[in-house]
Amino acid sequence: MAGKTKDELLHDHNKDGIDRRGFLKCMAWAGTGALCVMQGGVLKSYSLSQMSQMQSKAAGAGELSFVQISDSHMGFNKPANTDVAGTLKAAVDKINGLAAPPEFMLHTGDISHLSKPEEFDTVDQILKGATPKNVFYVPGEHDMLNDDGKQFLERYGKGSKGAGWYSFDKKGVHFIGLVNVLNLKAGGLGTLGHEQLEWMEDDVKHLKPSTPIVVFAHIPLWSVYPEWGWGTEDSAQALAYLKKFGSVTVLNGHIHQTMQKIEGNVTFHTAASTAFPQPQPGKADSPGPMKVPAEQLRSVLGITDVNYVQGQQALAVVDSTLG
Amino acid sequence: MKRSISIAILTVVLVVTIGTIGTHYQSLMVNAQQKSETTEVKIDNFSFAPGTLTVPVGTTVTWTNRDDIPHTAVSTEGAFKSKVMDTDEKFSYKFTKAGTFPYFCSVHPKMTGKVVVQ
Repeated sequence: MAGKTKDELLHDHNKDGIDRRGFLKCMAWAGTGALCVMQGGVLKSYSLSQMSQMQSKAAGAGELSFVQISDSHMGFNKPANTDVAGTLKAAVDKINGLAAPPEFMLHTGDISHLSKPEEFDTVDQILKGATPKNVFYVPGEHDMLNDDGKQFLERYGKGSKGAGWYSFDKKGVHFIGLVNVLNLKAGGLGTLGHEQLEWMEDDVKHLKPSTPIVVFAHIPLWSVYPEWGWGTEDSAQALAYLKKFGSVTVLNGHIHQTMQKIEGNVTFHTAASTAFPQPQPGKADSPGPMKVPAEQLRSVLGITDVNYVQGQQALAVVDSTLG
Repeated sequence: MKRSISIAILTVVLVVTIGTIGTHYQSLMVNAQQKSETTEVKIDNFSFAPGTLTVPVGTTVTWTNRDDIPHTAVSTEGAFKSKVMDTDEKFSYKFTKAGTFPYFCSVHPKMTGKVVVQ
């Protein structure tokens, strides 16, 4: 799809503008800086220069704007990034410079590298410098090492259920934060588990189908590359509960690169890391940190800005790099 | 003449003896090397090597993480559980019972291995 600016709907069987059988794909690898938005069943992508126009439009209409950051891995100190605090600060600067000030932030996990208290402290301190003061967290596997997430829950899990899942509403958009990094089974992928799925089913039951839904979790809720564990065992069940909704946006981290897929009513998106890049699926011996020349590092790290414009089918998801 | 025969016999005996000792010494060395190799599991590129390790009862197995990312070695059936190992950190466990012990990295569950204790 790279290079195309527009993709038409392939199969509109239900005459509702939603492609049920085929799916529209829009992939934006780290550093390309593309925006994909679906309007009336047509996927449009915009360049970063057009994006600033869209942002000011959204701000003018008084809509909801928020930002996603991910995988800050505070405590990591090896090539290609021996200063993950510096790049997180650069991400904060980027957020503070956005045309439409985001109302809050989502952090999709791997806040720390080794679950050390001082690593969480450093991230908290740096994020205090961001204009949006509210941060909603979900844990990554690096945040729950050695204590099954006890420390994470104490720090960030106030008011959450179970291992740290929760939901909230902002300007008519329903947000669901999920935990898929606990109780992982040998040979398996990310897991939500029965208890969380039951809670989720109940959580969305009474919502109108027109309610825009944003689901955020650390490990992708779609099968990106199971060979590297980049997927969630029971995500299909979670997505089944969201079938009735016209607009579902799924935001994940974990794979340290931006990737997007649109399938029916669901837009899946993964964010870049603020710490280090990881290889494209299957393009290396392992998903370990990718080493890039120092001058290229910031072009493969980034933040994700999300804008909701009322009346539009999907939320606009925009990736921008740190340099 | 008699003396030279004796010397010849002695020389043959000596050569054979030294040869035997040498061979014995070599096999001892091979055993020692095998033993030290097979009690180590290296973690490289998100995998355990060797994937299956066979050891006698009473062996202490040491895992070493050589990746830039932390890993663990956790018994699937609860026999042992390492703390998280950062780069170059180690974890050791002594296998006192015979059996097959499958394990995995609880952070990256696609990483699996097993220790067979005989």
